Amino acid sequence: MVERTPILNFFTHLILFAGFVFCVAPFVIVAIAASHNLKDVNDVPMSLLPGSDFWVNIKTAWTTADLGPKLFNSFIMAFGVAAGKVIVSALTAFSIVYFRYPGRMLIFWLIFVTLMLPLEVRIVPTYAVVANVLDPYQTIMDLTGLSWLIQKISGVQVQLSLGLLNSYSGLILPLVATATGTFLYRQFFLTVPDELTEAARMDGAGALRFFVDILLPLSRNNMAALGTIMFLWAWNQYLWPLLITTDQSHAMAVTELKQLIPNVGGAPEWHIAMAGTLIVMLPPLIVVVLMQRWFVRGLIATEK
Amino acid sequence: MEKRVTFGRWTIGILFAVPQLILIFTFFYWPAGQAVYWSLTLQQPWGGGNIWVGLDNFRSILANADYWNSITASMIFAGISTGLAMVIALVLAALTDRQLAGSSLYRVVLIWPYGIAAPALALAFRFILAPEAGFMAVVNKVWPGFWDPGLDGADAMASIIIAFSWKYVGYNFIFFLAAFQAIPRSLIEAAAMDGSGVIRRFWDIQFPLITPTIFFLLVINITESFQDSFGIVDIMTAGGPANATNLMVYKIYSDGFKGLDYSGAAAQSIILMLLIIALTIVQFRFIERRVHYR
Repeated sequence: MVERTPILNFFTHLILFAGFVFCVAPFVIVAIAASHNLKDVNDVPMSLLPGSDFWVNIKTAWTTADLGPKLFNSFIMAFGVAAGKVIVSALTAFSIVYFRYPGRMLIFWLIFVTLMLPLEVRIVPTYAVVANVLDPYQTIMDLTGLSWLIQKISGVQVQLSLGLLNSYSGLILPLVATATGTFLYRQFFLTVPDELTEAARMDGAGALRFFVDILLPLSRNNMAALGTIMFLWAWNQYLWPLLITTDQSHAMAVTELKQLIPNVGGAPEWHIAMAGTLIVMLPPLIVVVLMQRWFVRGLIATEK
Repeated sequence: MEKRVTFGRWTIGILFAVPQLILIFTFFYWPAGQAVYWSLTLQQPWGGGNIWVGLDNFRSILANADYWNSITASMIFAGISTGLAMVIALVLAALTDRQLAGSSLYRVVLIWPYGIAAPALALAFRFILAPEAGFMAVVNKVWPGFWDPGLDGADAMASIIIAFSWKYVGYNFIFFLAAFQAIPRSLIEAAAMDGSGVIRRFWDIQFPLITPTIFFLLVINITESFQDSFGIVDIMTAGGPANATNLMVYKIYSDGFKGLDYSGAAAQSIILMLLIIALTIVQFRFIERRVHYR
């Protein structure tokens, strides 16, 4: 900066370094604990020199919690949510920004309100809906007398039922149903010059063509940012997968961590627990490190 | 702001919005409405009819000491963890913004914790803060019985606060740093020319200019402390000992899915929804004000 402030600079470095240690220490401790054996990990104080059992522990954690298929499930879900968000939000934002139709502002506000209530606070009824996704429609038909009418005319009793518990769609769809990405796209679409639209229309491009060939290529940056954020967000979901996946074959890596907590009375197998933690931490950490630019950009943009 | 040039066929336009509308109707509006309905009726678990009871569910919840205990715990948790996460992040961001050698390293590393799943970091901290192994064990060796989150409610609360703050320091840091960097350099240089020191410049120029970010983060942190705490609580303390860390979302989960009290859980959800809506409205007030700043 403009002046010389050696003492202040010293303290700046000191505090920043302390912050650095504060942020990194848990990662390091987890990695070191994962390399000890049962005796060493329970030593007081635990040795900060890495032990030699790292791969053994990783292997044990991997098989105990059956992490292979669980990580695969987590990847499917995180990709599903990220892709769903990137596509659905783009479509909606396009509709809101580039068309004038009656009820457009109503749609805008209907979507906007979903920002306010996170899944966690309406978890019980959402669970009931996923148990039978067609239940809302069945109830509406019952209430409006539509199902009575159909039964009178065709003699078929309407019983809509489609359970999504223990399925990828049940995991993914409710997480896609929020407004986060829509506003990110909307902000961006509003900055796209009108001349582009005019030129496209003059060349005879319809709405769909303009959207696919011009708007989407322009929004690549937004897609990367939104995709990164949503991937991490979905990967880190806990409560929702915990409820929806009663069946082991659909369980997520993050929910599986619970299996690794050393139980009271058993051997305190912290080295295994930490090895499992390390495996589950690693994919999001890699995404953050590699996609840092998009991650930061997405975070700041989605919240505004 | 509106577009001048639009496409004519508005029926096609509506079609583009249909996927989103179906999703939010099925997975947002219907469940939210359902929650209101359930909170006003006595719901049998696993179907089988319900009885209209009006506001009785709310009355019985608000008369329940456990519920007030849960609210108090949530408030303590929200207050302390938000305070810690924001102050630490503010200091680190202000110092990083001085752009001394190595500040780009901090900018990269300090964000890492935010990428980690709450349950994963909770398990890590459960080990780090375990009374018999890990690092607090060293303290326990010197003062036996000083630290035991499994028995002492205050210790358990401290553990979940530490874990949560660790994650959100990184998050707040990103926003604070962006806010600091948005302040024009010339402003700060001009103040330096006039002879003000670093501390003075911070309090008189930078701090007032980032207050909108502070308000914004305050609301986000509090709302997140209601939601994102579930994984931390479930892994580290499971609401115990003696309900000391039974935060609101955790209580909704355990009443609804373990106790099968759908109506009670729905009533609690409604109260939490109202709380979060109130916070969001406050936030929009401040966002509006931020627009006026410019």
